[in-house]
Amino acid sequence: MEAFSHLIAAFDQEQADADKAAAAAASAGFAYGLAAIGPGIGIGYLVGKSVEAMARQPEAAGMVRTTMFLGIAFTEALALIGFVVFILIGL
Amino acid sequence: MNDLDNSNSADTAVAAMTTGLQGPAPEVKVTKDMVRRGLIVAPLLIAVCAVIWGMDGALSGAYGIALILVNFALAAALIAGTARISLGLMMGAVLFGYLIRLALIFLAVFLVRDAGWISLPALGTTIIVTHLGLLAWEMKYVALSLAHPGLKPTRP
Repeated sequence: MEAFSHLIAAFDQEQADADKAAAAAASAGFAYGLAAIGPGIGIGYLVGKSVEAMARQPEAAGMVRTTMFLGIAFTEALALIGFVVFILIGL
Repeated sequence: MNDLDNSNSADTAVAAMTTGLQGPAPEVKVTKDMVRRGLIVAPLLIAVCAVIWGMDGALSGAYGIALILVNFALAAALIAGTARISLGLMMGAVLFGYLIRLALIFLAVFLVRDAGWISLPALGTTIIVTHLGLLAWEMKYVALSLAHPGLKPTRP
Protein backbone atom coordinates (compact mmCIF):
# COMPACT_ATOMS: atom_id res chain seq x y z
CA MET A 1 0.00 0.00 0.00
CA GLU A 2 2.85 2.32 0.89
CA ALA A 3 4.58 1.57 -2.41
CA PHE A 4 1.37 2.36 -4.19
CA SER A 5 1.04 5.78 -2.51
CA HIS A 6 4.71 6.53 -3.38
CA LEU A 7 3.93 5.66 -6.98
CA ILE A 8 0.92 7.99 -7.03
CA ALA A 9 2.95 10.81 -5.45
CA ALA A 10 5.70 10.38 -8.02
CA PHE A 11 3.15 10.41 -10.80
CA ASP A 12 1.56 13.59 -9.42
CA GLN A 13 4.94 15.28 -9.19
CA GLU A 14 5.80 14.27 -12.75
CA GLN A 15 2.44 15.55 -13.95
CA ALA A 16 2.94 18.87 -12.14
CA ASP A 17 6.40 19.29 -13.71
CA ALA A 18 5.02 18.53 -17.15
CA ASP A 19 2.19 21.03 -16.64
CA LYS A 20 4.65 23.67 -15.51
CA ALA A 21 6.88 23.08 -18.54
CA ALA A 22 3.89 23.20 -20.88
CA ALA A 23 2.68 26.45 -19.32
CA ALA A 24 6.15 28.00 -19.66
CA ALA A 25 6.39 26.95 -23.31
CA ALA A 26 2.90 28.25 -24.07
CA SER A 27 3.61 31.57 -22.34
CA ALA A 28 6.88 31.97 -24.20
CA GLY A 29 5.21 31.17 -27.51
CA PHE A 30 2.45 33.66 -26.76
CA ALA A 31 5.02 36.32 -25.92
CA TYR A 32 6.90 35.60 -29.14
CA GLY A 33 3.67 35.94 -31.11
CA LEU A 34 2.98 39.29 -29.45
CA ALA A 35 6.56 40.38 -30.13
CA ALA A 36 6.14 39.59 -33.84
CA ILE A 37 2.95 41.66 -34.25
CA GLY A 38 4.57 45.07 -33.72
CA PRO A 39 7.38 44.59 -36.26
CA GLY A 40 4.82 43.16 -38.70
CA ILE A 41 2.77 46.35 -38.49
CA GLY A 42 5.93 48.44 -38.70
CA ILE A 43 7.24 46.65 -41.77
CA GLY A 44 3.86 46.90 -43.46
CA TYR A 45 3.72 50.64 -42.85
CA LEU A 46 7.36 51.13 -43.88
CA VAL A 47 7.08 49.16 -47.12
CA GLY A 48 3.74 50.74 -47.99
CA LYS A 49 5.19 54.22 -47.68
CA SER A 50 8.32 53.21 -49.61
CA VAL A 51 6.26 51.76 -52.47
CA GLU A 52 4.19 54.94 -52.54
CA ALA A 53 7.38 57.02 -52.71
CA MET A 54 8.84 54.87 -55.49
CA ALA A 55 5.59 54.99 -57.45
CA ARG A 56 5.47 58.77 -57.19
CA GLN A 57 9.16 59.34 -57.85
CA PRO A 58 10.77 56.36 -59.61
CA GLU A 59 14.07 58.20 -60.09
CA ALA A 60 14.58 58.15 -56.30
CA ALA A 61 13.90 54.41 -56.11
CA GLY A 62 17.51 53.47 -55.38
CA MET A 63 17.74 55.71 -52.33
CA VAL A 64 14.29 54.68 -51.12
CA ARG A 65 15.10 50.98 -51.50
CA THR A 66 18.34 51.31 -49.54
CA THR A 67 16.59 53.12 -46.71
CA MET A 68 13.66 50.69 -46.84
CA PHE A 69 15.93 47.65 -46.61
CA LEU A 70 17.76 49.00 -43.59
CA GLY A 71 14.45 50.02 -42.00
CA ILE A 72 13.08 46.52 -42.48
CA ALA A 73 16.19 45.02 -40.93
CA PHE A 74 16.05 47.34 -37.92
CA THR A 75 12.35 46.64 -37.41
CA GLU A 76 12.99 42.92 -37.70
CA ALA A 77 15.52 43.21 -34.88
CA LEU A 78 12.57 43.71 -32.51
CA ALA A 79 11.09 40.40 -33.59
CA LEU A 80 14.49 38.74 -33.22
CA ILE A 81 14.79 40.05 -29.67
CA GLY A 82 11.36 38.52 -28.93
CA PHE A 83 12.54 35.29 -30.51
CA VAL A 84 15.68 35.18 -28.40
CA VAL A 85 13.63 35.72 -25.24
CA PHE A 86 11.40 32.88 -26.43
CA ILE A 87 14.28 30.45 -26.97
CA LEU A 88 15.84 31.34 -23.65
CA ILE A 89 12.61 30.88 -21.67
CA GLY A 90 10.50 28.38 -23.49
CA LEU A 91 12.43 26.27 -25.94
CA MET B 1 -6.42 70.57 -68.21
CA ASN B 2 -5.96 70.08 -64.52
CA ASP B 3 -8.05 66.92 -64.66
CA LEU B 4 -5.91 65.69 -67.52
CA ASP B 5 -2.74 66.29 -65.49
CA ASN B 6 -4.20 64.48 -62.52
CA SER B 7 -5.23 61.61 -64.76
CA ASN B 8 -1.72 61.37 -66.25
CA SER B 9 -0.18 61.49 -62.80
CA ALA B 10 -2.45 58.69 -61.60
CA ASP B 11 -1.63 56.63 -64.69
CA THR B 12 2.10 57.07 -64.03
CA ALA B 13 1.67 55.99 -60.40
CA VAL B 14 -0.37 52.94 -61.42
CA ALA B 15 2.19 52.03 -64.07
CA ALA B 16 4.96 52.27 -61.49
CA MET B 17 3.01 49.98 -59.17
CA THR B 18 2.41 47.34 -61.81
CA THR B 19 5.74 47.47 -63.61
CA GLY B 20 9.08 46.60 -62.11
CA LEU B 21 12.12 48.67 -61.24
CA GLN B 22 15.04 48.05 -63.55
CA GLY B 23 18.66 48.78 -62.80
CA PRO B 24 21.01 47.80 -59.98
CA ALA B 25 19.59 46.48 -56.71
CA PRO B 26 21.01 48.58 -53.83
CA GLU B 27 19.89 46.11 -51.15
CA VAL B 28 22.07 43.41 -52.71
CA LYS B 29 25.07 45.74 -52.51
CA VAL B 30 24.25 46.60 -48.90
CA THR B 31 23.88 42.93 -48.03
CA LYS B 32 27.17 42.01 -49.70
CA ASP B 33 28.86 44.68 -47.58
CA MET B 34 27.23 43.37 -44.42
CA VAL B 35 28.11 39.75 -45.19
CA ARG B 36 31.72 40.74 -45.87
CA ARG B 37 31.90 42.64 -42.59
CA GLY B 38 30.14 39.78 -40.81
CA LEU B 39 32.77 37.36 -42.04
CA ILE B 40 35.49 39.78 -40.91
CA VAL B 41 34.16 40.06 -37.33
CA ALA B 42 32.98 36.43 -37.07
CA PRO B 43 36.28 35.10 -35.62
CA LEU B 44 36.20 37.80 -32.94
CA LEU B 45 32.57 37.04 -31.98
CA ILE B 46 33.25 33.31 -31.94
CA ALA B 47 36.31 33.85 -29.76
CA VAL B 48 34.29 35.93 -27.29
CA CYS B 49 31.61 33.22 -27.19
CA ALA B 50 34.30 30.60 -26.64
CA VAL B 51 35.74 32.55 -23.71
CA ILE B 52 32.32 32.99 -22.07
CA TRP B 53 30.52 29.71 -22.92
CA GLY B 54 33.31 27.38 -24.00
CA MET B 55 33.41 25.22 -27.11
CA ASP B 56 29.61 24.89 -27.24
CA GLY B 57 29.36 28.66 -27.17
CA ALA B 58 31.81 29.02 -30.03
CA LEU B 59 29.86 26.58 -32.21
CA SER B 60 26.55 28.19 -31.28
CA GLY B 61 27.99 31.62 -32.03
CA ALA B 62 29.13 30.49 -35.46
CA TYR B 63 25.67 29.04 -36.07
CA GLY B 64 24.00 32.30 -35.00
CA ILE B 65 26.24 34.40 -37.27
CA ALA B 66 25.47 32.10 -40.20
CA LEU B 67 21.73 32.38 -39.46
CA ILE B 68 21.84 36.17 -39.51
CA LEU B 69 23.91 36.40 -42.68
CA VAL B 70 21.60 33.97 -44.50
CA ASN B 71 18.61 35.94 -43.21
CA PHE B 72 20.02 39.18 -44.67
CA ALA B 73 20.83 37.47 -47.96
CA LEU B 74 17.32 36.01 -48.22
CA ALA B 75 15.70 39.37 -47.51
CA ALA B 76 17.83 41.12 -50.14
CA ALA B 77 17.24 38.41 -52.74
CA LEU B 78 13.51 38.56 -52.14
CA ILE B 79 13.36 42.35 -52.56
CA ALA B 80 15.70 42.42 -55.56
CA GLY B 81 13.90 39.58 -57.32
CA THR B 82 10.37 40.87 -56.83
CA ALA B 83 11.18 44.57 -57.44
CA ARG B 84 12.13 43.65 -61.01
CA ILE B 85 8.61 42.28 -61.52
CA SER B 86 6.46 44.93 -59.79
CA LEU B 87 6.33 47.15 -56.73
CA GLY B 88 3.04 45.58 -55.66
CA LEU B 89 4.59 42.13 -55.71
CA MET B 90 7.60 43.44 -53.82
CA MET B 91 5.36 44.74 -51.05
CA GLY B 92 3.60 41.41 -50.70
CA ALA B 93 6.87 39.51 -50.86
CA VAL B 94 8.43 41.64 -48.13
CA LEU B 95 5.48 41.12 -45.79
CA PHE B 96 5.17 37.39 -46.37
CA GLY B 97 8.95 37.13 -46.52
CA TYR B 98 9.10 38.54 -42.99
CA LEU B 99 6.87 35.75 -41.74
CA ILE B 100 8.68 33.09 -43.76
CA ARG B 101 12.11 34.21 -42.60
CA LEU B 102 10.99 34.26 -38.97
CA ALA B 103 9.61 30.75 -39.44
CA LEU B 104 12.87 29.61 -41.03
CA ILE B 105 14.91 31.03 -38.14
CA PHE B 106 12.57 29.32 -35.67
CA LEU B 107 12.92 26.04 -37.58
CA ALA B 108 16.71 26.36 -37.76
CA VAL B 109 16.91 26.83 -33.99
CA PHE B 110 14.21 24.25 -33.20
CA LEU B 111 16.06 21.55 -35.13
CA VAL B 112 19.29 21.98 -33.16
CA ARG B 113 17.86 22.83 -29.73
CA ASP B 114 18.68 19.40 -28.31
CA ALA B 115 22.03 19.00 -30.04
CA GLY B 116 24.96 18.41 -27.74
CA TRP B 117 26.93 21.39 -29.03
CA ILE B 118 24.21 24.03 -28.74
CA SER B 119 24.30 26.77 -26.11
CA LEU B 120 21.06 28.76 -26.32
CA PRO B 121 22.33 31.84 -24.42
CA ALA B 122 25.31 32.05 -26.76
CA LEU B 123 23.11 31.57 -29.80
CA GLY B 124 20.60 34.21 -28.71
CA THR B 125 23.23 36.74 -27.78
CA THR B 126 25.09 36.24 -31.04
CA ILE B 127 21.90 36.63 -33.08
CA ILE B 128 21.05 40.00 -31.52
CA VAL B 129 24.60 41.36 -31.40
CA THR B 130 25.41 40.34 -34.99
CA HIS B 131 22.15 41.65 -36.42
CA LEU B 132 22.25 45.04 -34.69
CA GLY B 133 26.02 45.40 -34.95
CA LEU B 134 26.15 44.82 -38.69
CA LEU B 135 23.22 47.16 -39.27
CA ALA B 136 24.77 49.91 -37.18
CA TRP B 137 28.08 49.46 -39.00
CA GLU B 138 26.37 49.67 -42.38
CA MET B 139 24.32 52.69 -41.33
CA LYS B 140 27.50 54.69 -40.91
CA TYR B 141 28.29 54.29 -44.61
CA VAL B 142 24.74 54.56 -45.92
CA ALA B 143 23.92 57.67 -43.87
CA LEU B 144 27.05 59.45 -45.09
CA SER B 145 26.41 58.35 -48.68
CA LEU B 146 22.81 59.59 -48.69
CA ALA B 147 23.34 62.89 -46.90
CA HIS B 148 26.71 63.89 -48.28
CA PRO B 149 27.49 61.99 -51.50
CA GLY B 150 30.73 63.90 -51.88
CA LEU B 151 31.95 62.61 -48.52
CA LYS B 152 31.15 58.99 -49.31
CA PRO B 153 33.59 56.95 -47.24
CA THR B 154 35.67 54.24 -48.81
CA ARG B 155 34.41 50.75 -48.04
CA PRO B 156 36.78 48.36 -46.25
